[in-house]
Amino acid sequence: MSNESKEIELINDPGLPAHQHRRTDVDERYARIAERQVAILFMLSVAGTLLLIYSYIFIDTDTFIFIPLFGDQNAHQLFLGLGMAMALFFIGAGAIHWAKQLMSDEEVIAQRHEFRSDEVDRTEFVKSVKEGAAVAGLGRRPLIKRTLGLALGLSGLTPILLLRDLGPLPGNEMKETNWKAGTRLVTDPGDRPIKASDLEVGAVAQTLPEIIGEDKHRKLSDIAKDAVLLIRLRPEDFNLDDERLSWTHEGIIAFSKICSHMGCAVALYEQQTKHLLCPCHQSTFDVTRAAKVIFGPAARPLPQLAISVDSEGYLVAQAPFNEPVGPSFWGRSA
Amino acid sequence: MTARERIAGNVAGYVDDRVGAARYLKKSLKKVFPDHWSFLLGEIALYSFIILLISGTFLTFWFDPSQREIIYDGEYAPLKGVEMSVAYASALDISFEVRGGLLMRQIHHWAALLFMVAIVVHLLRVYFTGAFRKPREFNWIIGIGLLTLGIVEGFLGYSLPDDLLSGTGIRIAEAIIQAIPVVGSYLSYFAFGGAFPGEAFIPRIYIVHVLILPGIFLALITVHLMLVWYQKHTQFPGPGRTEKNVVGYPLMPVYMAKAGGFFFIVFGVTAFLGAVASINPIWLYGPYTPGQVTAGSQPDWYMGWLDGLVRMAPPLESVIFGYTISWNILIPGLILPGIMFTLLALYPFIESWATGDKREHHLLDRPRNNPNRTAIGAMALTFTLVSLINGGNDLIAVTFDLSINQMMWFSRIGILVLPPIAFIVTKRLCLSLQRADRELVLHGRETGRLVRLPHGEFVEIHEPISPEKAWLLTSHEQLAPLELPEFDAAGVKRPQALKNKIRNRISRAATTAIPKATESERREIEHH
Repeated sequence: MSNESKEIELINDPGLPAHQHRRTDVDERYARIAERQVAILFMLSVAGTLLLIYSYIFIDTDTFIFIPLFGDQNAHQLFLGLGMAMALFFIGAGAIHWAKQLMSDEEVIAQRHEFRSDEVDRTEFVKSVKEGAAVAGLGRRPLIKRTLGLALGLSGLTPILLLRDLGPLPGNEMKETNWKAGTRLVTDPGDRPIKASDLEVGAVAQTLPEIIGEDKHRKLSDIAKDAVLLIRLRPEDFNLDDERLSWTHEGIIAFSKICSHMGCAVALYEQQTKHLLCPCHQSTFDVTRAAKVIFGPAARPLPQLAISVDSEGYLVAQAPFNEPVGPSFWGRSA
Repeated sequence: MTARERIAGNVAGYVDDRVGAARYLKKSLKKVFPDHWSFLLGEIALYSFIILLISGTFLTFWFDPSQREIIYDGEYAPLKGVEMSVAYASALDISFEVRGGLLMRQIHHWAALLFMVAIVVHLLRVYFTGAFRKPREFNWIIGIGLLTLGIVEGFLGYSLPDDLLSGTGIRIAEAIIQAIPVVGSYLSYFAFGGAFPGEAFIPRIYIVHVLILPGIFLALITVHLMLVWYQKHTQFPGPGRTEKNVVGYPLMPVYMAKAGGFFFIVFGVTAFLGAVASINPIWLYGPYTPGQVTAGSQPDWYMGWLDGLVRMAPPLESVIFGYTISWNILIPGLILPGIMFTLLALYPFIESWATGDKREHHLLDRPRNNPNRTAIGAMALTFTLVSLINGGNDLIAVTFDLSINQMMWFSRIGILVLPPIAFIVTKRLCLSLQRADRELVLHGRETGRLVRLPHGEFVEIHEPISPEKAWLLTSHEQLAPLELPEFDAAGVKRPQALKNKIRNRISRAATTAIPKATESERREIEHH
């Protein structure tokens, strides 16, 4: 801007303002007061540590006291923390007060220097880099350059290869669950088989496939695929095609509880609207229309499990899920 | 000389005799640091990191990251007899059986939140004042690296206790991994040692959380500070401050006392929060099981924007040649964050390309004096804030009695519409503020005193502003836009004509400004 015309004159830098002395600089009385204030702050820190020691030893860990706004608080943990907070905070407050009141507050000016080295150094530096490169002769000996590149590149495979045993290959596992034709639906928790009459209209139940055999322990990775939600509606509430309708039993419909979006448990059922809502990302599924997505980021309905009853009247799966449950993956539909 | 001073001298001599540090230290102790409250933001981040190291080490003495299942038999009665992982049980033990354990857990969590707040606000300070310009681009990139690692480190940290909330977070992370085209399912199986959740993941992220990432943090923070030291701190403009000097206080003793004291203050405040403010009460959530979830699941705030983006994504998924691509996860979970962080890291280079300014800068900009940069910042901030708000859309909907669908549609539309509006409004605001500055320099301060002139006219008395203030308002330099030639001397279009034309346009936008007041103009006004 300034080089456009000589006539434009910019406003001048008045320079650093004159230093203003503090009261503590000119009057020893005030300096004494400040000194005492710093000492008081440090002593408050000492009091804090004493409070910490007292609470650690003498306050029982199960003592509760009522504090307005905060409700019942564990006194042991509260006073331990308050003591620690005091002990630390007042060391800081004292040090800063000391620096601000008693240490010199005269601003100092230091000079900056450009980071660029001077021309001589720079030329010499560039020269040595060039010389170094020339001596190594990478440019002249392409064979060395290429084989070195190959060796370095290939050696990068070693860590990748060695990490292979971090886990097994997924194989078909991600597409399978423990639901088979005839598997009973049992309550979770409780592992009790369910009869249609156990569910009233409007009721919801979380179920898992029955485990047959000695070991009743379920792995979390099984629950992550097997969890199924049962919902009972009036049969006339459904808006399903014939095939899907045949997958229900007396108004009871079963869906995978694992969200088709990111795998959270689709745990919120709204009785009035007959919607299922995933609390993680608010995908909303319409139960009457086979869990069609009506809102939110999920792209697919929850897989429906075909159910009926066995000879004893307990609810069972008619067949395994006809699609993989849970979030999408590359080979999902392959 | 008092005895004290003699001892201090002896200690200094003792050290120098052995390591010969005097030559380096004599200069370092007098090193000048400029003073401004906003320079403390980075310090808060540094101190929270130290608090995290201290409180984290304490927690490792009792925490056991194993995902082996056991039956809980500890102090906390409501969970007695419940099946849970060793990790969760040991986190409960820290909370209920180790004296001061809960305090330390809460200090650790509060310090982590504070760490991320300090990093982000520090980043905003650096951005809006232009502190990232040459020669500080490296430090900007290191800073972005620390921000990114901080988000990862925080996520891994709150995933460790294996409670219902943290397990849900891991589940979502697993879904993102699984959604990666071609290799997703393999990566997931490798990371989890088999099907989710398995028993391998928490022990693995534990070592990353307590060793690998803190190690990288330490290295990067060291380089970050060394560069600040070596390049000297930037300073705000003002009387006596130039590009060639640093005005401030010497390291020894003023800065040491202030900075050291500030560490204790930050630690004290964090301890106070840990004492009175409950955070992440894992015993209320129960152990993780994939079949359950708590309503109102929320990540920590620094992950909230990412969760918000995922929530607002449209339900897009395509099957191409029989293979599934989940756009609804990939775009908000990987692609957008990737673009955002890349642009953030490259910003110093983009700006210097746009303005053609390749010089060193040590004086900070007042945000209004660079309207384009400030407006871009406001735009990016608005984008992130809309995402963050949407990350808590369920809680906001419940608290304010709104419909969740309305909230989501507000975010879906807002994320596209609000950032450009923020850009335009901010740019206009900056230019208005520049006009106000110019007005102030030329016509002085309005005193509010009205005077009636002999012929009946009322005027307000204006008081000239101090020379210091006038300098502050006019000392910034105003860049001229680039004028790259589109035609050569013979009037023929150059090969790079189009490129130059675009660059000229961009640089005009990047250098928009109201001409600042000059002494000549002031004098001219006085004459009239």
